[in-house]
Amino acid sequence: MQDVLDERSGLSDSLALISAVIIGAIGLVFALAGEEEILRLQGLIVLAAAAAAGFYVVTHPTNLRQEKRSGYFDGPIRVATIACVFWGIAGFLVGDILAWQLSFPALNLDLPWTNFGRLRPVHTSAVIFAFGGNALIATSLYVVQRTSQARLPGKWAPWFVVWGYQLFIVIAATGYLMGVTQGKEYAEPEWYADILLTVVWVAYLLVFLGTLKDRQEPHIYVANWFFLAFIVTVAMLHIVNNLALPVSFLGTLSYPLFPGVQGAMTQWWYGHNAVGFFLTAGFLGIMYYFIPKRAERPVYSYRLSIVHFWSLIFLYIWAGPHHLHYTALPEWAQTLGMTFSIMLWMPSWGGMINGLMTLSGAWDKLRTDPVIRLLVVSVAFYGMSTFEGPLMSIKEVNSLSHYTDWTIGHVHSGALGWVGMITFGAVYCLVPWLWKRQGLYSMKLVEWHFWLAMIGIVLYISSMWVAGITQGLMWRAYDRLGFLKYSFIETVEAMHWPYVIRAAGGALFLLGGLIMAYNVWRTIRGDQPVDVRDQPAVAAAPELRPGVVAMPAE
Amino acid sequence: MNHAIFERNSIILLIGALIVVSIGGIVEIAPLFYVQSTIEKVQGMRPYSPLELAGRDIYVREGCYNCHSQMIRSLRDEVERYGHYSLAAESMYDYPFQWGSKRTGPDLARVGGKYSDAWHTEHMRDPRSVVPASIMPGYPFLDHTLLDYSNISKRMKALKALGVPYSDEMIASAGKDVVAQVSPDTKDAKALVARYPKAQVRKFDGQPAGENVEPTELDAVIAYLQMLGTLVDFTKFDASGPNLR
Repeated sequence: MQDVLDERSGLSDSLALISAVIIGAIGLVFALAGEEEILRLQGLIVLAAAAAAGFYVVTHPTNLRQEKRSGYFDGPIRVATIACVFWGIAGFLVGDILAWQLSFPALNLDLPWTNFGRLRPVHTSAVIFAFGGNALIATSLYVVQRTSQARLPGKWAPWFVVWGYQLFIVIAATGYLMGVTQGKEYAEPEWYADILLTVVWVAYLLVFLGTLKDRQEPHIYVANWFFLAFIVTVAMLHIVNNLALPVSFLGTLSYPLFPGVQGAMTQWWYGHNAVGFFLTAGFLGIMYYFIPKRAERPVYSYRLSIVHFWSLIFLYIWAGPHHLHYTALPEWAQTLGMTFSIMLWMPSWGGMINGLMTLSGAWDKLRTDPVIRLLVVSVAFYGMSTFEGPLMSIKEVNSLSHYTDWTIGHVHSGALGWVGMITFGAVYCLVPWLWKRQGLYSMKLVEWHFWLAMIGIVLYISSMWVAGITQGLMWRAYDRLGFLKYSFIETVEAMHWPYVIRAAGGALFLLGGLIMAYNVWRTIRGDQPVDVRDQPAVAAAPELRPGVVAMPAE
Repeated sequence: MNHAIFERNSIILLIGALIVVSIGGIVEIAPLFYVQSTIEKVQGMRPYSPLELAGRDIYVREGCYNCHSQMIRSLRDEVERYGHYSLAAESMYDYPFQWGSKRTGPDLARVGGKYSDAWHTEHMRDPRSVVPASIMPGYPFLDHTLLDYSNISKRMKALKALGVPYSDEMIASAGKDVVAQVSPDTKDAKALVARYPKAQVRKFDGQPAGENVEPTELDAVIAYLQMLGTLVDFTKFDASGPNLR
């Protein structure tokens, strides 16, 4: 047994080093032979990252025997947690800059890399993939270890997942600023960044599955069903939607495999399920661990979990065509998309009920614990936006709402309210647990964060409802003689004040995020909590003690 | 059924989830590739000329799709505001499609011919000089940047491999055609129009034309905008009849 572990330690180091060399070599080729400046720069970034990783591997040989004894593997999770906070601030900041640009166009500065068109993908990718993605990586790898009572497998693979993912984010974002884009929303990274993400994602799946395989609990906990479905479905969506032919293997430009109507259908099959699986299924995994844990109550209904899980993942994947109502997409596909979107209301609310009712007998904690308030309010926002979504997918409603800011408001009630708030709650739980602190530095600051974020969201979504419905109605308004009543530019002018209010709401949300970053930093630094007596004593899951529980997994 | 099968075996759970999430996509996407009526049979569609293609790539590069749709829905007010509703055939050579999802600015599917080149030039340099209430960013740098079309034939080769009917002749003369489209009254321009019917030939950005004048990025973008939605001849289009294959 010991020999096997020694052998595997050596193998693990060799594999890690070989991977670093291969990735570094690819970076070197791009750096030297890349046809565009941006590709040469990105090649240098990759080369530097691979060199740093290789150096670290060589100077830190693995001793799996020692590793196995050291309990849960939390180093990569700490990095992902900090990355989540960091990218969150970056993403909120760029988002708010965009909001001010829409209010006062001079802020575009009319430079290539500061114009709205190039910055908007930086915002969407930063909040969805960098902020949300790191939250998912951190929580999923934390939860799967605790609920399986097993350590993440290997030594370097989890580190590769986390740092490889950050590298992908840097490559994607620097590319956007320099005009490297596939021109498909939420799938903007070009072919080489897509390949990097695919490799990282497969490693993520294997690390997750490997932990499940080593588990000492006979049953896989419900949160892990959602995490697993999220990981595997995102892999499928990412690969199919990003199938592309590079014009040159030393250039950035590529053309997608599917044009026009087929491209549109594939893109929104991907796009809607980036919402359905990245921003919903994954974050439901967070809900199923952190709400019961923080409230110290069991999940409301086991049966509802099962029904909710299978129906949610089955129905969500059909909903894409509701982004293409009344377009050149064949009507049968639009009708299917609408039908399944409406049906999706049921599993969504099933999940919401399961999360909210977990609070049964502990509702008083909403008053005393702002962290649980963040978690629970996020589920309420989830319920609200999953009601609004099916409503907007009805063709008649969509004819008004589509192309307007109503859609933007809808997305943000989900993104700020659900994804943002539940991530904040999870981060506030995770940080003291991961760094083994007595509590958060300040619960009062959590309270401030909660209310700033809350007011920010309300300003954001209410101004966007007004903007969207106003614009939709103005576009279709006729005068008494039967002519269109408004020119397009008049409908743009009507958006000014809603845009200003939205930008102000975004600024409040960003301010809340900065307060979180400060609070997290002081907690990690080990500063004495200022109000530890006000904090609920929710203990982290017990440490892993290998060998104590000797129950076979299967 | 006993759900413990899924809860006790991670691989069965993985396969089960994968099967369940595959069905919707297969049913909705696959038929679009072989159901004949998906893309109408129309007169006039042709691949983009090299200059238009270069302009389109800049349109994608600058992220115009974040604020402009290119998809007129079959609703009365949209048809009256923008023109005939968009056909699937009109974007069949669009890699990637640029239908968009948001109209912070107006739809551009049929913007071709609606404004003069001079208007576009001014509008790109400073949008508020021609539309005072506009919130569009300015793109003054397009005018100052010579178009890089060194790999234009490689781009067309890639598109040909994906199914765009570029002929060998079109690919061979791609570089020459880029210059030809901003050089009116030349032999090359005539050859270009023969290869790409309805292609508009002139110096789009208002700079003087002449022998071997190199096009700017603004030339390419305006050439692209001025042809958007102009190819299909709607006098010969019958939505209910022979145009549906």
